[in-house]
Amino acid sequence: MFKEKLLGQLNSVEEYERTPIPQNKLKGWKSFIGMYAGEHTAGTEFVIGPLFVAHGVGASDLILGLLFGNLLAVLSWAFICGPIAVKYRITLYYLLEKICGKKLSVVYNVINALMFCFLAGSMIAVSTTAVGIPFDMIMPSLTDWLPNSVGWVVAVLIIGFVTTIVAMFGYNQVSKFANIAAPWMILVFIAAAIAVLPELGVTSIGDFWEVAKTKIWNGVPLEGQSQFTFWHVLFFGWFVNMAMHIGMADLSILRYAKKWYYGFASATGMYVGHYIAWLASGILYSLFLMESSNSIEFAPGPVAYRAAGIAGALCVIIAGWTTANPTIYRAGLALQNIKPEWKTWKVTAVVGLITTTAAIFPALVMRLLEFVALYGLILMPMGAIILMDTYIIPKINLKQNYAETFKKSFNAAAAISWALTLFSCLLLNIYFGIEIFFLGLPGWFIASLVYVVSSKFIQRNLTDLKGAAI
Amino acid sequence: MITLTKIFSYTGLLLTILPSLLVFANMISLDTAKIIMLVGTIVWFIFTPSWMNKNS
Repeated sequence: MFKEKLLGQLNSVEEYERTPIPQNKLKGWKSFIGMYAGEHTAGTEFVIGPLFVAHGVGASDLILGLLFGNLLAVLSWAFICGPIAVKYRITLYYLLEKICGKKLSVVYNVINALMFCFLAGSMIAVSTTAVGIPFDMIMPSLTDWLPNSVGWVVAVLIIGFVTTIVAMFGYNQVSKFANIAAPWMILVFIAAAIAVLPELGVTSIGDFWEVAKTKIWNGVPLEGQSQFTFWHVLFFGWFVNMAMHIGMADLSILRYAKKWYYGFASATGMYVGHYIAWLASGILYSLFLMESSNSIEFAPGPVAYRAAGIAGALCVIIAGWTTANPTIYRAGLALQNIKPEWKTWKVTAVVGLITTTAAIFPALVMRLLEFVALYGLILMPMGAIILMDTYIIPKINLKQNYAETFKKSFNAAAAISWALTLFSCLLLNIYFGIEIFFLGLPGWFIASLVYVVSSKFIQRNLTDLKGAAI
Repeated sequence: MITLTKIFSYTGLLLTILPSLLVFANMISLDTAKIIMLVGTIVWFIFTPSWMNKNS
């Protein structure tokens, strides 16, 4: 009886993968504010803030870099992703199928799903550092790539299992949980940072800036870490979610929005999560470094527990969980689009399994900055293609939705654009020494230009062939 | 009833943030603050699910 009821509930999860969202299913501001605030106040914030400290960012570089970087991210969601999401109201994957064709979409979807799995895996790994506290688990360090104990593996499996179960019940459940947890999580981040300020030497508000410049973000990187500047912070802040805004992955989320400008709701995630939470976690980590004489252990759970007790540890677990959930959901959507008749919950279960396996490896956490930059860069060209297809292609008398219009399963223009962009970025990195954090911007222009030019060429040939046949 | 539940919820949030300010002001110890924050956490998660998400 229970089994039938459960299966019925799982099978009833309808996410409108291949149809526009009906009017009565559209969501208001609250859903997106909660979703973005919860999603970007994540377990990974407990990693990124400390990594900025490790990379020797100066205090003013961090404050200003995040201010402008996050602003650019919000504007990208609002003016690039939001309008296209409400115009079509279909998932990124279905839209790509219309433009790029089934074959290229399958390639994109598999890569995308794997990236999402790795990202969600890093979040689960972060949560695990908190779960392991009562068991005195050996924590990973900055140099660890492989699991260092059986306890780590078991804890990852438990967190991964629970996260997957919640994600199997669909977007509504995820959204509800994120809504409930978000305000509390944010306050725990802030409270933990404020509570340890006296131990860093801040006894009045007037002391803060001096301590921030000299003890917290003192501009000196840890041994073996590269030096970060204002520009690193700005571009990282902008591109940390590049796959979601400029890369258009959030079409799948914002298609539920009643208005295009709900993309501005991302500001809650950027300025609360990617600003306050990064600053707060940086403060906590600097105390840890001070007390441990620059230990290379890197475990957000114990760091939060040191500052806020059980509430802090719970915050790390839940922050990882609420972000891993929508990420697993997105990965599920990516894979499901390969074979739409697959049930959403079954696909999500498979995705959860891959995610949990990935989470076992601490390398995902230790190289998180590089990984998120790479993940955005790889997926970004498809966002540029969608934007060009929506606004530029019709203006130069070419057909939108190439694959659907010409009944093709492979859009060579999109494939060329994608491949050339990534190849160009690789060359920029190898021969000009441009770091991965900066490649997204030139990459976007390359992708856009190549797509428009190659579409012009390919569609002209098609028109000629049609003419010849007649 | 919902108003009362919301009051409990927001009290939970207050118990989460207020202790850190009191630690900063050197009025309570960090250990005491941690206990109060945990109470606030429990209160928030007990009372909030009953009203949040009901209107969305």
